[in-house]
Amino acid sequence: MTVVTLEDVDRRKAWGFVAPALLWTIAFFVAPFVFTAAMSLWKREGREIVRVWNLDNYLRFFLESAFLKGLTNSVEITLIVTVLSVLLAYPLAWIIAERVPKRLQRMALILAILPFWTSYVVRSYSWLLVLSKNGVINQGLMGLGVIAEPIEIASTRSATVLGFVHFFVMLLTLTIYSNLIQLSPNYRRAAADLGANAFQTFWHVILPLTLPGIMTGAFLTFVLCIGDYVTPQILGGNNELVLPQIIMLQLGRRADFPMAAALSIILMLVVTLAYVLCARWLKIERA
Amino acid sequence: MRRVFLGGLSWTYLAGAYAFIFLPVLVLVLFSFQDGRLPVPPFNGFSTQWYEAVFADRKLMAALGNSLLVALASSIVACLLGFLAAYGLARYRLPASALQRGLLIAPMTVSYLIIALGLLAVLNALNVPLSLMTVAIGHVVINLPLCFAIIYASMGDHHINIERAARDLGASDFKVMVLVTAPMLMPSILAAFFLSVTFSWDEFIIAFLLSRFDVTLPVEIWSMLRSGLNPKTNAIGSLVFLVSVALLLALELFLFGRTKKQ
Repeated sequence: MTVVTLEDVDRRKAWGFVAPALLWTIAFFVAPFVFTAAMSLWKREGREIVRVWNLDNYLRFFLESAFLKGLTNSVEITLIVTVLSVLLAYPLAWIIAERVPKRLQRMALILAILPFWTSYVVRSYSWLLVLSKNGVINQGLMGLGVIAEPIEIASTRSATVLGFVHFFVMLLTLTIYSNLIQLSPNYRRAAADLGANAFQTFWHVILPLTLPGIMTGAFLTFVLCIGDYVTPQILGGNNELVLPQIIMLQLGRRADFPMAAALSIILMLVVTLAYVLCARWLKIERA
Repeated sequence: MRRVFLGGLSWTYLAGAYAFIFLPVLVLVLFSFQDGRLPVPPFNGFSTQWYEAVFADRKLMAALGNSLLVALASSIVACLLGFLAAYGLARYRLPASALQRGLLIAPMTVSYLIIALGLLAVLNALNVPLSLMTVAIGHVVINLPLCFAIIYASMGDHHINIERAARDLGASDFKVMVLVTAPMLMPSILAAFFLSVTFSWDEFIIAFLLSRFDVTLPVEIWSMLRSGLNPKTNAIGSLVFLVSVALLLALELFLFGRTKKQ
């Protein structure tokens, strides 16, 4: 009996430790999220939000081409950014892990991710200085006589992609590097003993072993990229709106909370789908 | 021969990557010293007038103060809640502990925009006015998972015996936690704290949607962007970068300096 009481006391104490964090998460994350989901089934009429349950917002999403276009823009840009970032970051992480002398590696890595810590808004703005009509690239090319008129780089999809890739190359270099240095050198030795050359060792041993790390990084890139408003708004302009921009438009200009909520739920579903696909793919790779 | 070629290729790639990574930051900093009205080429000469303009700007300085306040307050709360939860879940057997851990980590997987939208809708429905306080609440939501995850990961089993020894010597549970566990975990608590401060200090969308009259620095910079390219934006941007790098260095010294010694 006494043992049970002691355990009960312990358990009460433990709940006391965990409860504040749990309550905070439930009050300020779970509850707002449930409210968002409920709101997506309401409707805005005039200036009022009418609490009548219906699927109108979701129907509107599929019927109005502007919304669907936002989703396809978001998915396309995110996929391009994710693939480009992995392709550019992997060699960089590999060179830092393999070619840079051990004592300089930490330094090389810190340098490679230093601009990651610029203010998020400022980072996109600074790309504008490079890409705008009178920016560094246009002035440079005109100075060299390559072009006569400045070309439009800012306010295009390419500018958004470039800004995103810049950000995520740094993030992925960090995750892939930490994955690479965890590999035991014995794998490489074993592969060499079995007669594999450097490329075969990389392709058949190193790359498969780092795939889980790459997938984690790629998924992180996908989530952060598809949910971002700042970079597309500053660099992409208003030509090809992505989903977060449309959500902000619903909030700001139209004060249409239910529609914004429905779009957020759709955004979340896309991320969940990406997660399911990644998880499954990883499992097959491991088996 | 092939080796030399591959080696050369590696160094070229490394140099190219660094150039790409640093290009916008270098342009930002260089043209913050521009002696002219536009932060674009040609460079007219060196001037610190834009930094003077930044320090003379009351709104910017107020926003900077607000940002620091929100970052420090929200990070302290996030760290404290994260530490307590990590302690409870690592040291006691609780029902559905995997579910609890999942719940605490969950906000990490949701876009900041959606978190902000949900909070905004609830605050509107409850008629709570927007303020720096509501921004800080949002920042705790996004940083709590991070703090919890970092501190929970460092709650090693080898610490349990030291805690047990302290208890045997007559320390109360509270004393064990404050005088034994917390100091042992200080490197990761500080790491969580500094990371949390840098994230909160830089965060835009939550601060944008959940503030009204008092705004944080990223929101103030956002409103400066409407007036187009301006060396003053470069100057404040360079300063923000400097602060972030300083925080990163502190993190490096506290976290990695200590783990190296151990």
